[in-house]
Parts: sequence; C-alpha cells; structure tokens
Amino acid sequence: MRWNKKHIISIRDFSREEIDFVLKKSRDMEKKLKLGKTSSLMKDKILANLFFEPSTRTRMSFEAAMKKLGGVTIGFDYPGISSEVKGETIVDTVKIAAGYADVIVIRHPIEGSARLASENVDVPVINGGDGSNQHPTQTLLDLYTIKKEFKRIDGLNICVIGDLKYGRTVHSLTNALENYNVNLCFISPWELRMPRRMVKGLEAKGIKVRETTKLNIKNFDVIYVTRIQKERFPDPQEYERVKDAYILNMDAIEGIKNEAIIMHPLPRVTEISTDIDNTKYAHYFEQARNGIPVRMTLLCLVCGVKF
Amino acid sequence: MPLREETLKIKPIRNGVVIDHITHGKALEVLRILGIGEGYTDEVSLAMNIHSKRLGKKDIVKVENRDIKSDEINKIAIIAPNATINRIRNYKVVKKEKVALPNEIIGIVTCPNPQCISNKEREPVKSVFIVVQRDPLILRCKYCEREVKGSFG
Repeated sequence: MRWNKKHIISIRDFSREEIDFVLKKSRDMEKKLKLGKTSSLMKDKILANLFFEPSTRTRMSFEAAMKKLGGVTIGFDYPGISSEVKGETIVDTVKIAAGYADVIVIRHPIEGSARLASENVDVPVINGGDGSNQHPTQTLLDLYTIKKEFKRIDGLNICVIGDLKYGRTVHSLTNALENYNVNLCFISPWELRMPRRMVKGLEAKGIKVRETTKLNIKNFDVIYVTRIQKERFPDPQEYERVKDAYILNMDAIEGIKNEAIIMHPLPRVTEISTDIDNTKYAHYFEQARNGIPVRMTLLCLVCGVKF
Repeated sequence: MPLREETLKIKPIRNGVVIDHITHGKALEVLRILGIGEGYTDEVSLAMNIHSKRLGKKDIVKVENRDIKSDEINKIAIIAPNATINRIRNYKVVKKEKVALPNEIIGIVTCPNPQCISNKEREPVKSVFIVVQRDPLILRCKYCEREVKGSFG
C-alpha cells in the first residue's frame, strides 16, 4: 500500500485492506487527538480547499482537521470568488492551487471533476464530493462510526432508508460494504429503490440483500437514514404520498435493538424527528464529528506524514 | 462445386476490406463508423440478417478500395464484438483479424451524462470508459462512474 501522494477520488478505488487501514489509523489519530499530540504533524503544510459549490460540514471539517494538525488552509468556498466566473477551466484552477499547496480538497458539481483534477497535478487530491457521483471521505467516516460502535463491520445487520436511487452517500456506502460480510436491507419507496446493478453487484459478492417499502427497523444494528428529495418526484402528489412513510419518530423506533445506532449523513429535514436526538440511538452528530479524525488521517497519509 | 448461399448474396471484392460476423442489425452503424454514406464513390455491399452457424444471424459489409484504421476497428468492437476484419488484395484474404475490445476505451464513446466532466468542452479531457462486462457490453465512465450499456457508436 502506497499512501504518499495517493489521490482519494472514489471509494471504488479502495480495497478492503485499504479501508481497514484507514479505519485503524483513524482510531490511532483520535487517540492522539485526545492526548493533544497532533498539533505539529502537518506544521508548515498547506491545504487548498477548492469548494466550487456551497458546503458546510465537509469544508469546515477539512479546515478543522488541518488546523488540528498544525497546518494552514487556503482556498475559496463559493464559486463567486474563484476564477471560474472568469471562465477558467477546473484543470487550470487546480494546477494553480497545486503550485501553492501540499494537498488539495476539491468539491465541484460536475461529476468526475476530482478525477480529472488528480490527473493533472502532482500533489494529492481528495474528492470532497463531485455532483451526484462520489464522496469518499463521507463513506470512510460512516464506516469509522460503525466500526467504532460495534468494533467490527462483518456480521452486522444494516438497513438503509430513503432515496436509494439518487443518493450519492448510499451508493458510496454500498460500494464500500461490498467488501464486508453484512446483511443489508434497503427500505425505500418503489420509485426510489436501489439501482438493479448495485443490488446484483452485492448479490454476486454473496451479500444478503432484502428490499422493502415498509419501514420495519426492529432487527437492525445500523439504521442509516437519508433524505427523500422532493425534486426527484415528477409528480408532487406521489411525493406527498410517500414522504411521511419514512419518518423516524419515537413511535417508529419502538422495539428496535438495544444496541442499534441511527445514522444520517446530514443535513436532515424531517426524516428524523428531533426528539430522537436525545436518545442513545442517535449517532448522526457523532458521525459528523468522526469526520475530523478520519480526515486528519487521510491528510497525513496522502502527504506522507507518519503518525 | 456449388456456391455457398452467403457468397451468392454478396459478390467478392477485388481490393478492399470485408467486415464479417457483425452483430446482426449493426451493419449500418459500421458504415457510419467508416464514414461511408452519400458521396462515397467506390463499391459497397451490405448484407443483413444472414444465417450464421456461430451467431445465428449476422451482418456483412464489403468495401472496395478502402483500408481500415485501428481506431475504426476499436469502434466496431464496441458495437460488434465478434466482428472479423478481412483485408483483400486481388480477391484473396491477405490479413484476417478479429476485433478486440480493449480494457479501456479512450476517446470513442461519448458519456451520456451531461453533468460529466468529459463532456465539458474547454477542459483538457478525453472520454475514457472501462469495460465492466463484455457480453452484453457494459462500460463505466472513468470520470462520472456512470454505467452504460446497449448501443454505442
């Protein structure tokens, strides 16, 4: 495994060994962070945060991660102040940033932009989300959250709820879970069910997959909720019909497993009612916090910084 | 010796190229790949839905006084993975080759996803597709990772 100068573009590029390595190193990093032993790991290093579309969690999380490592962040967080408005290509912008920084994080609405960026520079590029395609650091922090709670991923019963057809996060997570021996259940309206090729891909790897439209979450260790997006429905009445069927409230979680965790990539709207926030099952805010050690780990690994 | 049914349907050519074992129904697309259409002056024969032991049905294209370039062969491989290319000199086959689908198809297939970076004109990028499955053919865009199947050209 060679990590120095590795680009983090798509979870598909990762083997199970590489994912497990990141999760193990993230645990080490979290321990170091608690002991206050990280603040000089990336001293004198510069991260260029190139955010061509708005983002709060991912951008802040990378910035915080870099600060905790003693490094500096430069960049922009909305396209209005980048040269893109003047007609500069993405490749040109990234080449310029590569001349200033040791590592680049890019978010761009055009799919494949991070891959193209990585092919044109000699500093490591991390994909912070490219349209509806990939968001690999989100997936790694999702897996880290699961592993941290259960000490394993193999053998878990995991259900994924919501927009499974278009959801970037669930597709990346599903790609990653192909590497593990898990039982998966996809819960969604029929119109938004998981693409066939993804279900076939899982089954080909011997993973048990169940699909249902009913919100029955009693037997799961991990309950991963995503937002059902109104704009995905051609018929607004159809949206109205299904939207409330997938709301997690106190009634819906009655009888779930004692050790179950509820996750969500955020932002949530109404799909998890706020009274669940104070239950022991709610893990979505911790999940977001886990982005810090995971992103710190990735920044160090791709910059060749040992820890 | 009785002539085979197939030879009766299309007469032999003197010099040129014969593309045989084309997936049935794809002969017109092969002509399009070769840039043969209105204004082409040399002789072109085409047969569709010919009986084939191996394929059940197949198409054949014969073009007089024309060679075929490697990028054209790669394009044909995408729409007709079983095609064979016969180069003819003086009525004889001088070179016979099967089309071969490479593992990566560069600069030939356009990504159907309008949001894909490979469709952005000013970016320095060529489309790249990875062959996920050969029969039936499924390709995945290297950039947006969208999978495409069916007819390419």
